[in-house]
Amino acid sequence: MSTTTEQTAVEAKMIPIYVMGKKYEVPETLTIMKALEYAGYKYIRGCGCRGGVCGACSTVYRKPGDYKIYTGLACQTVVEPEMYLTQLPFYPANRATYDFHALEGNPEEIFGLYPELFRCVACNACSKVCPMDVEVMDYIAALKRGDIAAAAQISFDCIQCGLCASRCMGELPQYHIGQLARRINGAYLTPRAEHLATMVANIEAGRYTECLNKLKSADEDELKRLYTEERELEPAQAGEDWTPKENVCL
Amino acid sequence: MPYPEELKKLIKTVESTRAERVERKKNDQEVPFMTLDERHDILQHHPDFKEEGRRELQAGPSKGYKIAHEMADLLEAKSRVDPDKINLENIDHETDVLIIGGGGAGTAAALLAQEQGVRVTIATKLRHGDANTMMAEGGIQAATKGHKDSPYYHYLDVMGGGHFKNNPDLVETLVTKAPDAIKWLESLGCNFSKFPDGTLHTIHGGGTSRKRMHYAADITGAEMMRTIRDEARNRPGQIDLIEFSPAVELILNDKGECAGAVLYNLETEEYLIVKAKAVVMATGGCGRLHIQGFMTTNHYGATADGIVMGYRAGVPICFLHTVQYHPTGIVFPEQAEGILITEKFRGSGANLVNIEGQQFVNEREPRDVEASAIIKECVVNEKGVPTPTGKLGVWLDSPMIDMLSGEGTVEREFPGKYILFKRYGIDISKEPMLIYPTLHYQNGGLDFKNTGETDVPGLFVAGEVGGGIHGENRLMGNSLLDIMVYGRIAGETAGKYAKEYTNGGKLTLEHVVKYNKEIDDAGVGGGRVAPMILPDYTDPRTREKQLTTNYVGTLR
Ligand SMILES: Cc1cc2nc3c(=O)[nH]c(=O)nc-3n(C[C@H](O)[C@H](O)[C@H](O)COP(=O)(O)OP(=O)(O)OC[C@H]3O[C@@H](n4cnc5c(N)ncnc54)[C@H](O)[C@@H]3O)c2cc1C
Ligand code: SF4
Ligand code: SF4
Ligand code: FES
Repeated sequence: MSTTTEQTAVEAKMIPIYVMGKKYEVPETLTIMKALEYAGYKYIRGCGCRGGVCGACSTVYRKPGDYKIYTGLACQTVVEPEMYLTQLPFYPANRATYDFHALEGNPEEIFGLYPELFRCVACNACSKVCPMDVEVMDYIAALKRGDIAAAAQISFDCIQCGLCASRCMGELPQYHIGQLARRINGAYLTPRAEHLATMVANIEAGRYTECLNKLKSADEDELKRLYTEERELEPAQAGEDWTPKENVCL
Repeated sequence: MPYPEELKKLIKTVESTRAERVERKKNDQEVPFMTLDERHDILQHHPDFKEEGRRELQAGPSKGYKIAHEMADLLEAKSRVDPDKINLENIDHETDVLIIGGGGAGTAAALLAQEQGVRVTIATKLRHGDANTMMAEGGIQAATKGHKDSPYYHYLDVMGGGHFKNNPDLVETLVTKAPDAIKWLESLGCNFSKFPDGTLHTIHGGGTSRKRMHYAADITGAEMMRTIRDEARNRPGQIDLIEFSPAVELILNDKGECAGAVLYNLETEEYLIVKAKAVVMATGGCGRLHIQGFMTTNHYGATADGIVMGYRAGVPICFLHTVQYHPTGIVFPEQAEGILITEKFRGSGANLVNIEGQQFVNEREPRDVEASAIIKECVVNEKGVPTPTGKLGVWLDSPMIDMLSGEGTVEREFPGKYILFKRYGIDISKEPMLIYPTLHYQNGGLDFKNTGETDVPGLFVAGEVGGGIHGENRLMGNSLLDIMVYGRIAGETAGKYAKEYTNGGKLTLEHVVKYNKEIDDAGVGGGRVAPMILPDYTDPRTREKQLTTNYVGTLR
């Protein structure tokens, strides 16, 4: 079954790239991912969302005459002439197991679960390698200081690709630690939404049951009438405290 | 690549009308919403209405139902493996509840099933979390603000979006369990965007009467997915995970109950037998079928496998005659083709603008209406913007957002898309984006009840693979909601079912044998096998030279 929509037929200039050392000629407009497929590779690993958010496709490459290591997401990075690359679809990293609801949300708990946090030597290799431009070293440093909220914020764009762990002097699983920090931040350091809890309680108490029953038994014409005539629209620029004129079924 | 000269010139036209459009936006002077009749008319330009795009199914429980050729091709196909070659006595893995699909619905189901006190196994095609859920950006709906909203209004909006065809029971459960789903995620540590006092930020989405779209910056789905995935990882031994092993067939027993699945290890190419007391189907959508040649927003594994397996096992399908095209997919640069630009851009004030710099539709119409309006503007009114590769698109005028809400808003609220375009040399806080509708969501799917049950005992459904909740058209933010609400329900029902399940019968693939025969008898198989598992993007000229491979999906 061939689904070729991903490849456009438009002729582009061909350039050489080296996939794990082997040369292929590919159109210069393609991403690394599409270039590999163009060349005849069929992905099993190293490909997930194809949209830059899942972290399956991290790629490491160099350019001729340049000592630097470059990284990128294969699904997002456009090929360059003479680049030589390999994908790193998986990198082992230890993850602590915890009973989340039993945590209190303090830094000591993170230190206990991930004592290797203090093996960080502040080399910054992790931040340099991160394809999402996350300041990895900074969130690790924030955690060492016990600032979980800052770590949650700095690590927010992490897609858990594992590249930082692959380069770490201190052998840290940074992205797992960042994940724990974000969960603690979400559940313990940020105030819970009161209006949410109230709504859940009101629903459970049956506040809207009668109204919903009316809708459920309405025929299509009646539903259409309610939809067009009795459904007041909140204006786009309305503020948080806007209330409708009609308070039917609120 | 940055915009070439021709497009830069056209952007000037957009700029020339921008200040005036921003003023109108500020004063809430919108293009009026279409009436139901106007909606009806414009929908004639929607791909679903192309008669030549679909055909009647010739086999299975929904025989006679007209759906897209690409989907029909998979349903009118034979099994990937000869069922007679599979030795069902040779069980590789045994569990209480087998979850097929490690996306949002599957993972939520796994957590809730495990909480009923049973063993759970998740089998998934790629990595745990490589799923459409991970890609969702815009948000999740729920009526959580009682001073202006309630499940009543949410219900009306869902029905209106779905053309009033939705299954009322499914909708009622969706809207009444919605706030609890958000609360559950909050308790698991999901970082929704909030005011300092904890009040959740909410905005509009297409077709909402109240601002009830909750979000986590512009990576809502990823934040939800990684949170619940992390929680699933905290329960080793109780929730097992088998990655890179898609299911290819359901296994029944001689009493007609669902009793497991055949998995295919993509790396070793072995077929494995999993025996279970209950199975939850949560395989997600079908974007990678590229229906009618459309580009797609979906992840690599979105190939409708669950529909194929469930259908063969006897579950009817519904609402698959409609497919959702997201109005705003990237058409330029080509490397990013198909990628979704969330509706939140429009919710935050960005206009859709034609080649003449004119706004032509209200930006908050339901998706099918919005997509039809764009297709019409390009194809019928000939006011589309041509791309260097010969496609058409319209402008999404993102710089308006900074003008409306202050410098830096685009970068702060849409970091993902801001960075993506920056890589190509385009600053979307200063230049508009070029977009066109893109294949996005499978409105319909397997028929199921609001308990997660299907016509096959022991088989439960959750998430995008199911049909009925959203009728003929899903509104933004109701799918992330649906997978949480119904993922949890299916998990709980399946867990309880498995816990009480005692009898058991002899495992069989007789239904597959029968289905293969039905395909042969109807003469419609065309040599195809299904499910597809993965799409094939090899260059056709290369494929021609791959003489000894028999490329049908990954079948090597
Ligand atoms: C780019 C994008 C943006 C979106 N934005 C929003 C939004 O803002 N709000 C909203 O509400 N909705 C949004 N949606 C829709 C929503 O994200 C999805 O409909 C929803 O997440 C589907 O969840 P799911 O668990 O049913 O499927 P998925 O999350 O796709 O998970 C299905 C899983 O099953 C696996 N699988 C598939 N076949 C098999 C098989 N044969 N065997 C084993 N495993 C298999 C897949 O690999 C995948 O891991 C968006 C979708 C996309 C693509
Ligand atoms: S922080 Fe680490 S795991 Fe996360 S995206 Fe960056 S390199 Fe990848
Ligand atoms: S790579 Fe490791 S040691 Fe170096 S800064 Fe990052 S976390 Fe610290
Ligand atoms: S495939 Fe998901 S990030 Fe590239």
